[in-house]
Amino acid sequence: MTLKEVKEILNAEVISGDHDLEKEIKCAIAAELLSDVLALAQEGALLITGFTHSQVIYAADLANLCAIVLIKGKRPSEETKRLADQKKMPVLTTSFMMFEACGLLYEYGLKTCAIKTENGRKGK
Amino acid sequence: MEGKGNNILLHKMFHIEGGDFTSAGSISDQVKKILKEAGFPNKIIRRISIATFEAEMNVICYANRGNLSLFITPNSLKVVVEDQGKGIPDVDLAMSEGYSTADEKIRELGFGAGMGLPNIRRNADEMILTSQFRHGTHLEFIIYLDRQETQLPFE
Repeated sequence: MTLKEVKEILNAEVISGDHDLEKEIKCAIAAELLSDVLALAQEGALLITGFTHSQVIYAADLANLCAIVLIKGKRPSEETKRLADQKKMPVLTTSFMMFEACGLLYEYGLKTCAIKTENGRKGK
Repeated sequence: MEGKGNNILLHKMFHIEGGDFTSAGSISDQVKKILKEAGFPNKIIRRISIATFEAEMNVICYANRGNLSLFITPNSLKVVVEDQGKGIPDVDLAMSEGYSTADEKIRELGFGAGMGLPNIRRNADEMILTSQFRHGTHLEFIIYLDRQETQLPFE
């Protein structure tokens, strides 16, 4: 699935990274905890989240994720957008809630990129 | 580390101000940039970047101020973080996953789940954490370049 397809499935608006829509997305992780992103996301994952501050861009870049989808129509601040541009980290926003956004992408065949855990914490 | 492995090819120190949430991540970003320019393998950069980000957040969240140093030697990458602040009363407890003393502000940012220190340990080959309660914390972690085949168990 390409980022462009993600955009279409989620009826999303591209906030940053318009030129990068041909990027191939192999898998995704949804998280409302940046520690989970850092601990459990595999390289190249699409991050689905509600965070809009700069740290989400830093976390995604440091963990080599491929793009970010913001849910519930959330929009980043100018500063976060600037950082996303600078890091070449595509950011999209969708009006879908977390559950719906994940459900739709899953239905279209996108799989998880989170490391399987036994109790939600241990990386095994 | 022995012999010529002790030669420091690069030492770079960054100051971190406790409570400065807006610039959180910028030091890890600079560390990543340095390692990228130096041409280290992606996997190694990712591991040290993630560990450095967690360490940087810890100083911002829990200490008054601190310094983060990056050392590059011929066979290792090492990060040393010295902070002044309240310290950790029980290091073993702090190392256990899920234990956290984070406040609302930290949790709002998406941190403070008690995953930081365990995540540093998981990404590093070696990690040392000592703390003097009410004074500060000393953290260092190393990734050995000649153990590149050593990967995280889940990768």
